[in-house]
Amino acid sequence: MPSLGADMEAGTLVEWRVKPGNSVKRGDIVALVETEKGVIEVEIFEEGTVDALLVQPGAKVPVGTPLATIRGETQLAQPAPVIAEKPAEAARKAPAPPVSPVERAPIPSPSARRPHISPLARRRAEEVGVDIAAVEGTGADSSITIADIDRAASQAVQPKAPATAAERQAGLRKAIAAAMARSKREIPHYYLGAEIDMSRAMTWLTAENLKRPVTNRLLYSVLLIRAVALAIHDVPEMNGFWIDGAFKPGQGVHVGVAVSLRQGGLVAPALHDADKKSLDELMHDMLDLVNRARAGGLRSSEMSDPTITVTNLGEQGVETVFGVIYPPQVALVGFGKLAERPWAAQGTISARPVISASLAADHRVSDGHRGGRFLAAIDRLLQEPEKL
Amino acid sequence: MTAGSQTVKTTYREAVRAALREALQRDERVFLMGEDVGRYGGCFAVSKGLLEEFGPERIRDTPLSESAFVGAGIGAALGGARPIVEIMTVNFSLLALDQIVNNAATILHMSGGQFNIPLVIRMTTGAGRQLAAQHSHSLEGWYAHIPGIKVLTPATLEDARGMLWTALEDPDPVLIFEHGSLYNMEGELAEDAGPVEIDKAAVRRAGTDISLITYGGTLVKTLEAAEELGRDGISAEVIDLRTLRPLDTAAIVESVSRTHRAVIVDEGWKSGSISAEIMARIMENAFYELDAPPARVCSAEVPMPYPKHLEDAAVPQRPGIVAAARKVMGCHG
Repeated sequence: MPSLGADMEAGTLVEWRVKPGNSVKRGDIVALVETEKGVIEVEIFEEGTVDALLVQPGAKVPVGTPLATIRGETQLAQPAPVIAEKPAEAARKAPAPPVSPVERAPIPSPSARRPHISPLARRRAEEVGVDIAAVEGTGADSSITIADIDRAASQAVQPKAPATAAERQAGLRKAIAAAMARSKREIPHYYLGAEIDMSRAMTWLTAENLKRPVTNRLLYSVLLIRAVALAIHDVPEMNGFWIDGAFKPGQGVHVGVAVSLRQGGLVAPALHDADKKSLDELMHDMLDLVNRARAGGLRSSEMSDPTITVTNLGEQGVETVFGVIYPPQVALVGFGKLAERPWAAQGTISARPVISASLAADHRVSDGHRGGRFLAAIDRLLQEPEKL
Repeated sequence: MTAGSQTVKTTYREAVRAALREALQRDERVFLMGEDVGRYGGCFAVSKGLLEEFGPERIRDTPLSESAFVGAGIGAALGGARPIVEIMTVNFSLLALDQIVNNAATILHMSGGQFNIPLVIRMTTGAGRQLAAQHSHSLEGWYAHIPGIKVLTPATLEDARGMLWTALEDPDPVLIFEHGSLYNMEGELAEDAGPVEIDKAAVRRAGTDISLITYGGTLVKTLEAAEELGRDGISAEVIDLRTLRPLDTAAIVESVSRTHRAVIVDEGWKSGSISAEIMARIMENAFYELDAPPARVCSAEVPMPYPKHLEDAAVPQRPGIVAAARKVMGCHG
């Protein structure tokens, strides 16, 4: 079960998209998993053949639980990681009282014995969360076999109705609450703001869009995302994660785009490699991402990969964003309303489109000086929109 | 056998004889010695005709003293020969245990690697011919306990034909156990059959539900049991160990990890046996793959009876193997 966000603890397997024997390659969608943030498509990162599906649809398992085993091209099937057995009942662990050589320890009555269950079935039961006390064994000597566990798991799932919108909404709220509380508890934020003159960017954008059919037109938010992605090349310590007491630079620039959901709440899935994509590609990918965020169908890598987040609240009339970093990321860039303002330059005052950019950054990783350089780089990049 | 090659109808006995003849022809250092191997043609007629073909220097009858002629074989091997020593039955080999265990298996070690013993000892093992308690036991598992020797158990015509030459090529002592009930086994063998590898187990029948692990004299019975189980919808895999020392643990673990169930079929007794060793390795290496306790089908813990019906009752038979497999599968009644 992949972690699809810093505060995800468990997920429910909704559907397998592969069967044992199917060959898979990196990037294939293998399963659908329901989390507090909706149904996510889980991608695979290995190449090989699906060996065994270890978790049945409907089972809710903790993050880190093996979902399936994949057989590599040349290697034999790897036994799935061994799950440690739960400690036996205290009664059984207590040291036996000393007995004289002729005396035998009393044999526990059948009802007091541990259930007879095969090691394989016990392992499966732990993986899929089946309570073995409630399972009737059909194996040798009425022992519980893997088939019994699978049967119990599938029966346990059937009566459970899919999560209602209200339940999902409550779950999403809970997840946001956990992430934001952790952020405010752990991350020493510092905040910087800058007013950016958007007249060159908007003039270029208007001219550019005039040349394009309506369907291919660009939104200015794409320019903002692109500028943030490129500014990271100047100040790379904004891009990555704070993990185990140290900064871990992101592998690539994956900009999380905050998307508010119609029913409330938000997600911030990744636009992968935003520094390497053209404006057209970014526009296309962003629309796709927003649609899928709202309709369901985000991919696991999009949920777990963002290395920095951009949030744009200008449409709500917000002047300035004071952002809360999404842990374990280390920076969030916020944009307020794009509006005409009096702008003094070269001794005259004129009306220009201006946007307020803000940075919330993790002081454990960077300092205000570097944060200032980052905002300045975003400003500089937006003054040369034709190069974006 | 290679595709397209011609096959001939033969027996296990003839396959062993063909292997002996090939070895005697290919390498002039090879000679055969043992009780009645020459003029009588071998107690089980394996070496019939070899004295006439190769002469008394290379097909040597020995006195009835296993300790003496196995010791002579060790000396000949040290001196550069490639002796094949035949012992009539594994029960009689106990008279030569000192030579096999204290000398053949240890001299390489005790000489600091100076002297290896390229000796091959062949002997019959097992029951099924009403030869009673001093000729019928299966003690190959005992020998598998001893570091310094290899223990081969050919169960097919191919292995009867092919294991001997590979054993002779080995620089160290190799014991080959021929199950007495196999000599008359008939079948097709490739005309060009030759040496085979001796360090890997073989899957004789592929299956997905249960692994039946066996070797030697019980392979045919186990394959028949697998067929019967197949008619009940149980897909049994049959593993022929082929070599008891060193055991192909990887093959056992690989099979059991797929089927999650195992039955070991061994004509030896259970207590302190090779079947116990196989179980231990399954426990050590595949515990979390098991969906049922492994079972064993072994000989009754009695000296081998003489009467046919009691002998039959004492050793593993097809119905017993089927019943054990069904119980492991959780089939009731």
